[in-house]
Parts: sequence; structure tokens; C-alpha cells
Amino acid sequence: MKQFLSFVRKEFYHVFRDKKTLLMLFGLPIVQIVLFGFALTNEIKNAKIVICDYAKDEATQQIINKIEASQNFDIQETLLSHQQIEEAFKAGNIKLAIIFPANFNKDLSHLHQAQIQIIADASDPNTANTLTNYASAIIMDYQQGLMKNNVVPFRIVPEIRMLYNPELKGATNFVPGVMALVLMLVCVMMTSVSIVREKENGTMEVLLVSPFNPFLVIIAKAIPYLLLSIINLAVILILSVTLLDMPINGSILLLFAESILLIITALSLGLLISNVTQSQQAAMLISMMGMLVPTLLFTGFMFPIENMPVPLQVISNIVPAKWYYIMVKSIMIKGLGFAAIWKETLILLATTCLLLFISLKTFKNRLG
Amino acid sequence: MKDVVLNNIVKTYNKGKVKAVNDVSFTVNKGELFGLIGPDGAGKTSIFRILTTLLLPDSGTASVKGFDVIKDYKNIRSSVGYMPGKFSLYQDLTVEENLNFFASVFNTTIQDNYDLIKDIYVQIEPFKDRRAGKLSGGMKQKLALCCALIHRPTVLFLDEPTTGVDTVSRKEFWEMLKSLKQQGITILVSTPYMDEATLCERIALMQNGEIMSIDTPKNIINQFPENLFAIKANDMGKLLQDLRKNHEIKTCNAFGEFHHITINSGEPIIENRKFKISNIEKMLIESGHKELVIKEITPTIEDCFIRLMDQSIDNG
Repeated sequence: MKQFLSFVRKEFYHVFRDKKTLLMLFGLPIVQIVLFGFALTNEIKNAKIVICDYAKDEATQQIINKIEASQNFDIQETLLSHQQIEEAFKAGNIKLAIIFPANFNKDLSHLHQAQIQIIADASDPNTANTLTNYASAIIMDYQQGLMKNNVVPFRIVPEIRMLYNPELKGATNFVPGVMALVLMLVCVMMTSVSIVREKENGTMEVLLVSPFNPFLVIIAKAIPYLLLSIINLAVILILSVTLLDMPINGSILLLFAESILLIITALSLGLLISNVTQSQQAAMLISMMGMLVPTLLFTGFMFPIENMPVPLQVISNIVPAKWYYIMVKSIMIKGLGFAAIWKETLILLATTCLLLFISLKTFKNRLG
Repeated sequence: MKDVVLNNIVKTYNKGKVKAVNDVSFTVNKGELFGLIGPDGAGKTSIFRILTTLLLPDSGTASVKGFDVIKDYKNIRSSVGYMPGKFSLYQDLTVEENLNFFASVFNTTIQDNYDLIKDIYVQIEPFKDRRAGKLSGGMKQKLALCCALIHRPTVLFLDEPTTGVDTVSRKEFWEMLKSLKQQGITILVSTPYMDEATLCERIALMQNGEIMSIDTPKNIINQFPENLFAIKANDMGKLLQDLRKNHEIKTCNAFGEFHHITINSGEPIIENRKFKISNIEKMLIESGHKELVIKEITPTIEDCFIRLMDQSIDNG
């Protein structure tokens, strides 16, 4: 036991004395959360739009006020004529134009029907789509306000509810993804590199010629990274709750338990990589390419797995991060308990056992 | 009692393409300081790794302290001390941390075996808070030796401990080995430096995975069958060329300040030899060599090594 503890202490020395590793260990998750949180979001804020109001009446003024109040839009100018609109689009940053015809209010109050023209710059179809949806929502909202006063019979109004994420915030989708990514990347890379470093420096040779059990070497190596990853996880969660208003609806304990399971999966994967590589660069490269790309592609937080061709959907099943992502979303956002995610837990557990078995089998008790 | 026994050990790499150790057999007695002498690629490290159970031999058997290197590898691992050729301690740990770590790996403490490492450790103690990576080459080797000794091993394997170390530290290092030997530790050491061979009790001269000769350094030198002369002149390059052209000369090798030569004497009759040497001297003066010095010398291990090497080339 004393042997083991002194080994763990040695590993902590390695981690804390290597400033670069330390920076990567704690810098990476923070940078990723901030990056994904603010830069890479599919919400559109402060889109520049123009408004052309021929009516200039009470109704249009109210709608324009609502648009102005919205965070999504930033009204650049109010144009006087139709011709200017195209010029404004050509001039650059205008994403959307809203045109109110003359007699808007009159039509609305007498005919119970009025028209608004919305023109979007569809050179970026996603943005255009999103922006027109935002605009329609504002107009619908105004219309509903009117309806309280004027009862119009037999009108079906669809009520749409966005479950779990009513504000359609991007963060809810990517925070679990980033958690999976960071845990996978950090744990796999750190363990594989630190074991291969012992091989490269020749210290493994000395350790092998000692009564020390090689399996203990591996476990001793894993413990610091397990602890550091848990700290990392806490940092990510605090950042996403405070900075990105991410909810944690379910049990935090369950969340940590599932995360520790993923960390152990990653550690065994790192061990496997260290068994088959001889240099730190190779270990780093395999962990990076082998973890980053599949985790980004097949976890489902960037590209929906349902939209992929069947072969890729099948491949996605072997990516541990995918199951973790599903579980974290269930716990954090849907607030579900263990009963809802036992299947995913079981799959991850089986993967871990398999990886651990293979890596312990392939662990070489001798050189070469 | 033989502490180390090798029987017909063969080790190849790259699926048999590279023969690193070819049918090597030797024994090391208890408490002996045994040296494996040979250039890089002679197979020294492979033998060390087989004996420390890090590599499996292709064929042959070997044992350390009576334990088989394949079957009883766990017993060997807990009783021997091993210092690999490359500095293999943690560079980012301090001297003291390294020593403490290796002590606890072997389930012991520095205090328990302090008497064994004391003489060596006092030399590096002033730097005990310095990281191992920041030590000089000689200091590193002393620390590595301390770490290899911390569990009081019965057999010590030192793979090229003095390679890349300055002359003074090398000398100190061999002094330490001598005092360790006094404590009854069997030491197997390898070195590419021929001048260190005489510091061992017995040596094995190795070349291309084979042992050319095993004996005490003194016997190996005595077995040198010919008379050896050292020769020097103002233009050493031209001298070497001229000597090699001369039919009277059997071998001629550059040895730093002097060239070492042996002559085709047929039989070593003193008169005959003196006559031939004076002939050679005359010829060299005629071909314009100045400041000529010729003297008879006792062969060094290196002379013996080169002779054995040439022999094996002629035979092979």
C-alpha cells in the first residue's frame, strides 16, 4: 500500500511540475466551453435588419417596437421606399427586410387580414430561415395580443411548445457534448502519454525489474488523472451553469457517477493506446485523431446521428461518448433518473470492461 | 557458487534477421566484478536485458542466483539491481524524491540501507533538492547507482554506467564499484572503454554478438602471442601508410600518440627481431620520416581486442 501511495504521489509530481500539461488539462475545457458557448452557437443575436414602413400607423408602430425590443434583431434604419431595400442588401450586412404596406392597420381592423412582406438574404439559408422564424414569431405574438380583444370565431391556433429547452438555447445541446469531448480527450491522451513517457525515458525498464506489480503501475497512473478529471468536470459544470445558464435538472450525484464511468472507459482506452505505441508523439496523435474526430462526429452534438447514412449510424454505436452524451442530456436537461438510462450505463460499462480486459491482456511484462 | 549462468544464449531481432547474441555462454562467480567489454552493437545490452528478465532469449538457458530468467522472473526482479544504459530516473523529480520513490518501490526505506549507499550518496547529498534532469552526467550516474542499490541487491547489473561521463567521474565510479564488491555484491558491468577492462576481475571480450575471449585481464594480455612495438614520427598519417605498405609488418593500428605494430618474425628469436626492427627504422628514415621513436611495449586490452577481432574476420 505504501508502495502504491508513493507511486500516486510521484504521478502528481509529474502532473504539477509539467506546466504545459497542466495548462492543457485545465485550459482546454475552459477554452472549449467559452468557445462553444459564445462563438459557435446557432442562435442569432443582433442580426441587422431594415424596415420599410408605408403605413406608419398604430399597428406597425407596435410591431416595430416589439422587433426593436427583441435581442435577435438590430434595426439599422427605417427606409422610405422599396427601391432602397435591394441597395441595402447589396451594400452588405443586412440580413432581413420587413415591409409594411400602406393601410396596414386599416386592413387589419376592417378586413381582419393584413399582409407583411419579409425579405431575407438567403445566401445563407440557415440564417435566413432562423431569422424569418424569429420575425414570424414576433408577428404571431402581436396577432395573439389583438385576438384577446376581437373574438374571431373558428380559428385554429397551433400551440407549439419546445420541450426541455423552450428558449432553444444552443448551450443545452453542446455542454454535454463538450463534457464528453473533454473527458475523453484529456483522460485518453494524458494516460497514454504518461505511460509511453516511462517507456521512452527508460524508467519503465527499471520499474519492470522491481517487485512492483505492473498492474499497480497502471492503476497508480490512472488515479491522478481520475481526480483531475473530476475537478475538470466540476469546472465545466460551474462554468456552464453560471455563464451559459445551463440547467441541471437531475441528480448531480448520478451525473458524476456516470462521468466517472466514462473517465474509466477513457483511461482504459489510454492504456490500450500506450500498449501499442512506443513514442509520446504517436500516442498523442492516436489519442487526438482517435478521440477528437469520432467524438465530434458520432456523439450527436454537432451532427444529428439520425441524419447519417445507416453504416455511420452503426459505427456511432461503438463511440463511448455517444452513450455518455445521451445520459448527460437525460440527467441534466430532462431531469431523468437512473431508471431511464440504465441501458446506456450498461453499454458503457460493458465497453469499459472489454477495453480494460484487452489492455491488461496486451500489457507487456517485458520489453519489445 | 555461480551467481550468473548463461548457456548457449541466442537472441535475434526483426524475426531472425539481426543476430544480436550468438550462442553466448559464461558464468559469473559470487562476489565477482565481471566486465562485458565490446563496442556498440556487440550484444552487451541484449545480454543484460535477458539476464534482468526484460527480454526472452530465442534459445538457450540463463539463470541469476539460481533462478531461471524465464520461469522465475519474479524472484530475479525482486533481488537484483539494474541500471540501464540510458539514464532512467525521473528527470522532473528531485534527487531525494527519486531515491525515496525507488526505495518504496522495493518496499524499503533510505534509512534501512543507508550504510550501503552512504559513500555514494554523500557526494550528491548537497544537491538533494535539485531535479535529476538538472544534474551533471557524473552526478546522474551516481544517483542512478544509489537507486539501483537502495534495496541491497545481491547481483548488480550495470549497463555502460560510464558512457558519456567525464574521466574524473569515471574513475570515481570504478572506485565505488570496488568498494561495493567488498560488500559481497556480485557485479556485472559492461563498457565500450577498453581501458576500464583492467579494473574488472574477469572480462569477456565481445564482438558481433559473440564472445571472443573470457579470462582475467592479465591472462588475456599474457596470451598476446607476439611482440608489440609502439612507433611515432612527425607525420603520423604518412607513417601509417608507409608501415602498411611494408611487407615486414604484420599489423599496424593507430593508437592515439603512437602506432602499434607487430612484425612478421616467423619465430620470436630476439636477434632476428632486433634486426628486423632496425631494418624498418632504416627504411622509414630513408623515406623521410623525422623524430622517429620505436619502442617495445606491453599490449593493452585494446591490442588484444583488435587482434582477436582480426582473427575472427580472417576465420569468418
